[in-house]
Amino acid sequence: MAVNHGSSVVPGALIHPSIKRKIRKSIPYYILILPPLIYLILFKYYPMLGVQIAFRDFKVRGGIWGSPWVGFKHFAMFFSSSTAITIIMNTLLLSLYYLLASFPLPIFLAVCLNESRSQKFKKFTQMITYMPYFISTVVLVSMIIQFTDISSGFINQIIVALGGEAVNFMGNVNYFRTLYVVTGVWQTMGYSAIVYLAALSGVPVELYEAATVDGASKLRRILAIDIPYIAPTIITLFILNTGSILSIGFEKIYLMQNSINTPVSEVISTYVYKIGVLQFNYSYSTAVGLFNSLVNLTMLLFVNTISDRISKVSVL
Amino acid sequence: MNVNHLSKKELKSRHKINKVRQSKGDTAFDVVITTFLIFAVIVVAYPLIYVVSASLSSTDAVMGGRVWLLPVEFSLEAYKTTFKYDSIMTGYLNSLIYTASGTVVSLILTTLCAYCLSKTAFYGRKLVGFLVLFTMLFNAGLVPNYLLINNTLKWGNTIWALIIPNAMSAWHVILVRTYFENSIPGELFEAGDIDGCSVFRQLISIALPMSGPILAVIALYTAVGLWNGYFDALIYISDKDMFPLQLVLRNILILNSMDMTTSVDLREMASRQGMYNLLKYAVIVVSSLPLLLMYPFVQKYFVKGIMVGSVKG
Repeated sequence: MAVNHGSSVVPGALIHPSIKRKIRKSIPYYILILPPLIYLILFKYYPMLGVQIAFRDFKVRGGIWGSPWVGFKHFAMFFSSSTAITIIMNTLLLSLYYLLASFPLPIFLAVCLNESRSQKFKKFTQMITYMPYFISTVVLVSMIIQFTDISSGFINQIIVALGGEAVNFMGNVNYFRTLYVVTGVWQTMGYSAIVYLAALSGVPVELYEAATVDGASKLRRILAIDIPYIAPTIITLFILNTGSILSIGFEKIYLMQNSINTPVSEVISTYVYKIGVLQFNYSYSTAVGLFNSLVNLTMLLFVNTISDRISKVSVL
Repeated sequence: MNVNHLSKKELKSRHKINKVRQSKGDTAFDVVITTFLIFAVIVVAYPLIYVVSASLSSTDAVMGGRVWLLPVEFSLEAYKTTFKYDSIMTGYLNSLIYTASGTVVSLILTTLCAYCLSKTAFYGRKLVGFLVLFTMLFNAGLVPNYLLINNTLKWGNTIWALIIPNAMSAWHVILVRTYFENSIPGELFEAGDIDGCSVFRQLISIALPMSGPILAVIALYTAVGLWNGYFDALIYISDKDMFPLQLVLRNILILNSMDMTTSVDLREMASRQGMYNLLKYAVIVVSSLPLLLMYPFVQKYFVKGIMVGSVKG
């Protein structure tokens, strides 16, 4: 028989040859894994070595390996600056608002879709709500700008038609977060609902039957059957979302930024980009980025541990 | 987690339950739910419909706020102007090339990695599996990646900077690996072993032909990401002839820098302003059309992809 490697349990002294045999048998796999492995090492792990420039003063001539060590200088500089607290707070607030708004709605949408009596209407609604997911960030942001334009935007035209006064949404610091969150929910609600719908479709019909026989109302069935059934999915997604709370996307925020809203729209990712790529402060930018990555990792592990303890749901 | 679609029979029985004993409370509940869903459809669809209608209306109608739902004073003027802009057409073509080649590279790397990880005979699979998983938890951050690609590899203004560095996502590898492990009968590979079919041959003749759905899903996700993203191009591409569509769009739609001959005549300026505004709607439609047209056909794959993903690997 060709592959039967596990059959002969080799005593400790002979482990070496058995491993040799396993390796020899795996040679075809080593050839196949070579491209992905080179990719991983070059594009994922080699840059991790580059993180050391956060502790050096990067000089073009010295490069990653030859620039002088400066310890925690860049971190100290970052945390003693007033920018640090602003951009960390901006990132946290925007993420939290977004999480609070974007997390429950898809669950609600999925439950409603699941209760919908007409399959056609359900499919139609699902299709429409899923559609904005395909719109690119550039187009989405330009739609925001167009629609909220003080004279030609339809939102202001509605406000004026109703007797109100036109509002310059993009030109007012106070509206930035709302615009970001509302349009984000608009774009991703249908997409995010799908995973819950998938989970809901797994609820055994017998549960509903039993509940109906017992005279449970629809609302009752949702609360007592649906929600507990999809709870693990909800928790898993919550862990993943919390883990990325400080890595809120660059693309949309950067496009929405203007000189007026930067006090609230400057977040860690846009700051890292501006300082690093545009102003060539490589070491400082790397330090801020490293801080960001470490916080994300810690958050993910923390929430995961709590969830593991309480509900035995873990993503790792 | 069981994620199978309900069979028709189950659906029917589910509906029967709904029909039997419809209490007043439940009827009210149905009304609330249907109202919410209709509201959701309107809120999501209205901006999209508005964009299309505005792009097909006259400048005056849009600026005067007379477009509400359907095109007013139908005109194709904006589209005619859109197709005259070379930068949009170049961007379109560039994006097509980047998207197609990037998707191919992605598929190759992802499949190779997932295939090896799905094989217990592969000595070292745990280590490689860990290497893949760890990239989900920690990344080096912007600057170290930028230094590698821009300074070390000198990939600035090349297609490689756009299609290689993010070609393999850990998430996709896990999806495909799970599919190889769970959805292809192991006996097929055993039979291949007995017949002396090489590992590579088994990938080509057994694994690939049987994993069409998951590969379609991965390809679609990757393609949508490549088509819609602009960040990598923003960092690595400065040559305007190499701009992907999204960067061209950014210049036109957000930075408002479309080459327009300057004019001193104020009235003409105003009409240009209006035309430019209208043009934006047309550009939005033209650039989003390929994905939106493709969407009804690929929707089931997308849904499937998310469902495969929700089976924990």
